[in-house]
Amino acid sequence: MSGPAACQTPPEVLHQRGPHQMFCGLTGIVWLHRKIQDAFFLIVGSRTCAHLMQSAAGVMIFAEPRFATAILEERDLAGMADANEELDRVVGQLLERRPDVKMLFLVGSCPSEVIKLDLDRAAQRLSGQHGRPILSWSGSGLETTFTQGEDACLAALVPHLPALQEGEAPGLLVVGTLPDVVEDQFARLFEAMGLGPVRFFPGGRAEAQPPVGPGTRMLLAQPFLADTARLLEKRGAERLAAPYPFGEAGTTAWLKAAADAFGVEPGRFDAVTAPGRERARVALARHRERLDGKRIFFFPDSQLEIPLARFLSEELGMAPVEVGVPYLHRTLIAEDLARLPEGVVLSEGQDVEKQLDRCLAARPDLTVCGLGLANPLEAQGLSTKWSIELVFSPVHGYDQAGDLAELFARPLIRRGLLKV
Amino acid sequence: MQLTVWTYEGPPHVGAIRVATALRGVHYVLHAPQGDSYADLLFTMIERSDKRPAVSYTSFLARDLGADTAELFKEQARAAAERFKPQALLVGASCTAELLQDDPGGLAKALGLSIPAIPLDLPAYQRKENWGAAETFYRLVRGLAAPYAPGPDEELSPRLSDSPARANILGPTALGFRHRDDLQEITGLLERLGVEINVVAPLGASPADLARLGEADFNIVLYPEIADIAARWLERTFKQPTVRTIPIGYGATRDFVREVAELAGVDPEPVLAEARCRLPWYSRSVDSNYLTGKRVFLFGDATHVLGALRVAEEEMGFKVVGLGTYSREWARDIRAAATERGLTAVIGDDYLEVEKAIAEAHPDLVLGTQMERHVAKRLGLPCAVISAPVHVQDFPARYAPQMGFEGANVLFDTWVHPLMMGLEEHLLGMFREDFEFHGEAGPSHLPAGGRRATAEADEAPAETTVAVAAAPGQPAWEPAAEKELKKIPFFVRGKARRNTERFAAERGVSTITVDTLYDAKAHFGN
Repeated sequence: MSGPAACQTPPEVLHQRGPHQMFCGLTGIVWLHRKIQDAFFLIVGSRTCAHLMQSAAGVMIFAEPRFATAILEERDLAGMADANEELDRVVGQLLERRPDVKMLFLVGSCPSEVIKLDLDRAAQRLSGQHGRPILSWSGSGLETTFTQGEDACLAALVPHLPALQEGEAPGLLVVGTLPDVVEDQFARLFEAMGLGPVRFFPGGRAEAQPPVGPGTRMLLAQPFLADTARLLEKRGAERLAAPYPFGEAGTTAWLKAAADAFGVEPGRFDAVTAPGRERARVALARHRERLDGKRIFFFPDSQLEIPLARFLSEELGMAPVEVGVPYLHRTLIAEDLARLPEGVVLSEGQDVEKQLDRCLAARPDLTVCGLGLANPLEAQGLSTKWSIELVFSPVHGYDQAGDLAELFARPLIRRGLLKV
Repeated sequence: MQLTVWTYEGPPHVGAIRVATALRGVHYVLHAPQGDSYADLLFTMIERSDKRPAVSYTSFLARDLGADTAELFKEQARAAAERFKPQALLVGASCTAELLQDDPGGLAKALGLSIPAIPLDLPAYQRKENWGAAETFYRLVRGLAAPYAPGPDEELSPRLSDSPARANILGPTALGFRHRDDLQEITGLLERLGVEINVVAPLGASPADLARLGEADFNIVLYPEIADIAARWLERTFKQPTVRTIPIGYGATRDFVREVAELAGVDPEPVLAEARCRLPWYSRSVDSNYLTGKRVFLFGDATHVLGALRVAEEEMGFKVVGLGTYSREWARDIRAAATERGLTAVIGDDYLEVEKAIAEAHPDLVLGTQMERHVAKRLGLPCAVISAPVHVQDFPARYAPQMGFEGANVLFDTWVHPLMMGLEEHLLGMFREDFEFHGEAGPSHLPAGGRRATAEADEAPAETTVAVAAAPGQPAWEPAAEKELKKIPFFVRGKARRNTERFAAERGVSTITVDTLYDAKAHFGN
């Protein structure tokens, strides 16, 4: 499975530019702050940023979340020195109120970038003052789309990862935020294969991040981690090429990439994965009947679109019509790309009006899109699956394969049930 | 910089989108970076709109920064005008584009479109959502109605004595709390009064409708946060008087009907006589006796807080123990109302301050926004929602106005419901140790075998043998006093506990005995 598989007929790629219907990278904070449990995310931005976070975080906003926005005001825009002093004041105020915070992320936004507020320098300056790591990354819409916020955050963390100790086994590094339950499942499988040590990045606590160094093999659990992967490679890690672990086939190929790299006996690999594969097959069979032959259209959102289209076509018989991605990283996505059926149109970027025209003309059986488009498309008679749920729900691995299929089957089941 | 987690209002361009979306035939081209389109889902999800809001975003990226963004704006404005074929275009910048050098108004003008392009200047670092909505509506009204304004010496032709009076209804927008049903309620009232509706705006109005606003005899402002500036301009320009009574509650609705009737020159009494409002009788019925003097805390936009204030005091018999608003533009009215009652108003949008004020006021009921709903949940207090911001459940499928006579019925039910729920909870709590209703008892309709064995230990304290501290530094309750407390009727037990603890703490009493309990009762007088 190592090395990119050749794609017989490279799919046509439409490059789109125009009005977007996509989130900015700040939204990554919503799940990142649940994962790194003692870190705080301070956005330096406008009321719009705060409003976005509130809309994206829903009721989470009421649970003393570990994120906030330092809203720029008129006087902050007057001069740079002033804005830096203000930032220092706000950080001081915040850390005084939350002394439990072990690591602070200063998160750049469109306004902070346009006024060229140097958050990298601010982070360095404040780290010294507050005796705990303060890092910065950009989640602005100018630089990042939705899940790319996680890439920017993890990339900022990479230089702070400890180096491998003398004699320490480099092991396997699984990269990308996964729900704890999924992480545990993967850890058990790797352990049963006798493969390891296995570490997950990001770790659950700020100061307990995994070490990295020459010899570290990394397996990306998410396709949107281009910068993070590049920086990990610079620190000596070697990326194992694999499709992403969605469904039975995707998960098996992903695990196999690690097993092969660590010389796990094929017999042992089969024995360890057999029960999971069987459970996934049973769970998927239930949904295959409903999804087989159905045409699906993806609006760009998270970069998960290609691996998901691979899963839906290869394992459930769905026919992707157009697969839209915000960015296409050919190397990171090569294995999934090669497994897409012939005739798929890929589109990168977006002109939402033209894409809506294409979607309505194609009249797919199911459209994967954001919440801004879902109800308007439903009103025009299309079945939709809102895409953010795919990022927030546990969907990776064998035991979530059925749940993942169900997310796509449910809108169709519902359409069949309703007599109104 | 202001450290913020929660914000009661969005940025001003969100207010502009609310106005653009409410109108027909108007499209807003917003110079904004990728990502600002998140605002669309407020409309499609919270309001469950089946259409996309009337806004296009230029969605510029880092690589577009430089000379390119102005060109991008022109391209998108032209494309939007072509695709959506609006009768008027709104153009403006979001917070990030405000920092760029592009001038949406000038750029749109340079396009030479065949339709009017109205520039919006919304200072995103000073102002907020409601201000943005008000300013947008004002610009549109002014831009489209001004050409029809009478000259300085021109006399407005008086209405023929036998023709019905005509009114504009101003204020309802997209994403407005109960605007849809308020409008239906008020429209019905006007119909019964024989008043003709000239234009409703912004909701459902076209640019052509806005152009004929001047043809009405008077204006009705339902939501001053949105329509007040526009109404003042119409007042000056067309000499149209304005109805400013907000018809929230039974009494205010009657005042509103009288005010409208007077301007229309009709008799309000038949409409008032046939009004089917159950609130007055429900509130007088003996079942409502227990509502007397219930302590209530009010927070929200100024219009709804002032409306609720009158209903709470005059129509429900509550005692208002705290109030405030996030609408700084209307702080003066709220402060005055608070001072009149010997209270200090909470003005601003720091929810932590609101939470503190609620906790200190010890209300029995909180009336607020969805934020106060969560604060109340945390404090274990009953709560009802009276104002935006609200979540999806407050854009209900059923008819649920806040205004007019049916609105008063809705208010009565909505406010009493959480209190009834509170009573129910207390009842269950009281009977928890009862032989039939204890935690281990199964449902009564199942045979005895159906009794479930609960794994969790019942919260109800068994015979406590040692004094239990309420909280560190707080006085502790002697078991006998705790037992005595339980003999107090459940619906005042919480208050008795709080009063006793406060009484003990103020006197440095560390252990509360039965005597302390009764001393406190005597001290507080009930």
